[in-house]
Amino acid sequence: MRRMLFEKTGTAIWMSHLDTMRLMQRAFRRAGVVLHHSQGYTPHAYVSMLLPLSVGTESICEIMEYALDAEIAITPEDMNAVLPQGVRVLAVYESDRKAKHLTELSVLLTMRYDHGVPDGAEARIDALLNGSELLVEKRTKRGMEETDIRPMIRKTALSVENGEILLTARISAQNPSLNPALLTAAIERYFPQDKPDFVRYRRLEIYDEDGAVFR
Amino acid sequence: MNERLERILPKVQKPARYVGGEYRQTLKNKAQIDVRVAFCFPDTYEIGMSNLGVRILYAVMNRMEGVWCERVFAPWGDMEEELRKNRIPLYALESGDALSAFDMIAFSVGYEMSYTNILNMLDLGGIPRRAADRKGLEHMVFAGGACTYNPEPLVDFIDFFSLGEGEELTEEIVSLYQKAKREAWSKEAFLLAVSRLDGVYVPSFYEHAYNEDGTLRSITPLHGAPTQVTKRIMQKLDDALYPTDIIVPNTEIVHDRSNLEVMRGCIRGCRFCQAGFTYRPVRPRSPELLLQQAIELLENSGCHEITLSSLSTSDYKYLPVLAQQMQDYCTPRKINLSLPSLRADNFSRELMLRLQQVRKSGLTFAPEAGTQRLRDAINKNVTEEEILETCSIAFEGGWNNVKLYFMLGLPTETDEDVLGIAALVYKILKTWREHASNKKRGVRIHVATAFFVPKPFTPFQWEKQITPEEYVRRQKLLKDNMPSKSIEYNWHASDLSRLEAVLARGDRRLCAVLEEAVDRGAKLDGWDEYFSYQTWLDSFAACGVDPDFYTTRGYGVDELLPWSVISDGVRTSFLKSERERAYRNETTPDCRTKCSGCGASCLLEGGKCDA
Repeated sequence: MRRMLFEKTGTAIWMSHLDTMRLMQRAFRRAGVVLHHSQGYTPHAYVSMLLPLSVGTESICEIMEYALDAEIAITPEDMNAVLPQGVRVLAVYESDRKAKHLTELSVLLTMRYDHGVPDGAEARIDALLNGSELLVEKRTKRGMEETDIRPMIRKTALSVENGEILLTARISAQNPSLNPALLTAAIERYFPQDKPDFVRYRRLEIYDEDGAVFR
Repeated sequence: MNERLERILPKVQKPARYVGGEYRQTLKNKAQIDVRVAFCFPDTYEIGMSNLGVRILYAVMNRMEGVWCERVFAPWGDMEEELRKNRIPLYALESGDALSAFDMIAFSVGYEMSYTNILNMLDLGGIPRRAADRKGLEHMVFAGGACTYNPEPLVDFIDFFSLGEGEELTEEIVSLYQKAKREAWSKEAFLLAVSRLDGVYVPSFYEHAYNEDGTLRSITPLHGAPTQVTKRIMQKLDDALYPTDIIVPNTEIVHDRSNLEVMRGCIRGCRFCQAGFTYRPVRPRSPELLLQQAIELLENSGCHEITLSSLSTSDYKYLPVLAQQMQDYCTPRKINLSLPSLRADNFSRELMLRLQQVRKSGLTFAPEAGTQRLRDAINKNVTEEEILETCSIAFEGGWNNVKLYFMLGLPTETDEDVLGIAALVYKILKTWREHASNKKRGVRIHVATAFFVPKPFTPFQWEKQITPEEYVRRQKLLKDNMPSKSIEYNWHASDLSRLEAVLARGDRRLCAVLEEAVDRGAKLDGWDEYFSYQTWLDSFAACGVDPDFYTTRGYGVDELLPWSVISDGVRTSFLKSERERAYRNETTPDCRTKCSGCGASCLLEGGKCDA
């Protein structure tokens, strides 16, 4: 399978998953590459994102799969010349690893406190995330439901820098997937006083079930 | 990015439209810029980025040395609320700088119902909304666009108007401003100088006086302002800048495809259609240039769809050759070629079946009126035979979806004409029964009626608009007489069209109403989610203005019209004779068959149209 590793930062993080798909389909054409198209009455160019990214989340480890009808050499430079600011292709490669092996995800939460990090917040959050259960309200088809997200958190690391708490978390990426925003929701629920005023989310890396980097 | 902005973006719908950063946006070094233009579109990003004029003038201004033109759009309600709550002024997408950082603020106005957005955007940007309250050369507000031929309801807010096609005039205006800024002119000195440019209308240089009955008594030009301001046109469309290296939005917009403008003007002369007159004279682009522009547009944008656009693309005189060449280019590259606004004639029929685009959207017709008598009166040259013939071929080919657009309340309309719509729909249904190749799938016929709005610069500019009650009666009459329950019938609400009629033919006294409505929260009036008729009724009442004066009263044929200083090149005597012909149910031949001498050719050097 043909894949590209790319990053999405800056203004580009506000594009939705579908926007990103459309962007990439057009970028290929701008780079002079006609993708493989599906059959049928309205043919679609084949492009697929392995792990759709939420609006507002940065990432330096997005993987896109695509298909060509003929062998065409494409370099990251070819793509980057025709991409908008914030979207940058890091590698173009082929892989036979199936997407289902992408099971874990490392995310960085930069938690900003306008009036400084509350005393003891770091320790409380650390203990919370490493406790035995972590219940959050999750919207489901049946309405709001309480879910324990603790099993979806593999490991966490915290530090405090410049009035911000930096939380790095290794979480479940697929089946089930954990939205990193639920980590913030959990903190707010258990320790309202430790709720950050603003959080930036950044995907750092993706892994397989053995903990090896997934490509 | 500004962190204050970053904090509100997760709370709003479609944040990508508020951050810029798209492929091919124009960034410049502020240190090398002497004039910054905020190019504002008084509607959402999705609408504004689909606008051809915005794309062209953005390129025109950014090609100028020392000038940086940036884009500003109206925020959706949720974003506006966040901006206000967090005291973030409305900003331009490229630099993120507030509107108040700009020298010139330009508006492209295409629709009456966007007027409130203009005031609201100035407010959000921290710019005084009234022209009289902006004393200096900075924050010079000007406007142009399809809806500014009668700019009177906006004159208290806009310093001057740029009329007609802007490729040359915009550059002249901005250059003059560059000089004015360099030499530190006063605002008055600049307005005086800009009023001398052909096509510029400075409303504060005209004094309007009224009769006791409320009609206009006189318009007096001051400071030597011209008695007539005539719109500008490009002499040859091939010489007009048509940018092919344009911004590709990061998010989906309304017309999310490449757009090739094949001609300006329309040869048809439908008597209700403002664009059909104000875009005259007809000027085609050459097919050779168009093919080259199409290829550049597609290669630069990566779009997989391209539209041949104009007021009536079937009437583009080189369409057969262009369509063939375009198809040859597009098909192997899996690019869709789309042709909107095709007529029901033979060639178009063959073309649309060949391009198979009907399968996607179904067949669309705009007969506008239900009987041939009324179609003749409005000069809509489509016949029942053409419609039925096209339908029968399409039904035989397996299509089963037809959309029909009509207007109610057209001048001279009777109940017979209203019922004629139902009769035509019945004939289409019958055609389907006789010709459908696959009856099991059923047929879908959508009928929509709009409420006729008399527009300035058309032969119907003096006409009365029927009352909303009468409109509703006719609409119910039609609904009760629709031949089958399987017909989907939609109609426009009367409120919006009544208001549109007020603003379209409004005078300066409406500025106060507009301001009142904005103060009462009116915005995004073109959107059902926001339009509040009551807000407007309250504003009319508060200002002592009777909307009926502008709608059901009608304008006297010898009455001084609020927009009479402005000319689009078409003679008023021609409009009057067209109106008389309408009353006699007489059609006027299209410009290619026979020139009717409307007067627009006087705008052309040599005085002859290339219809």
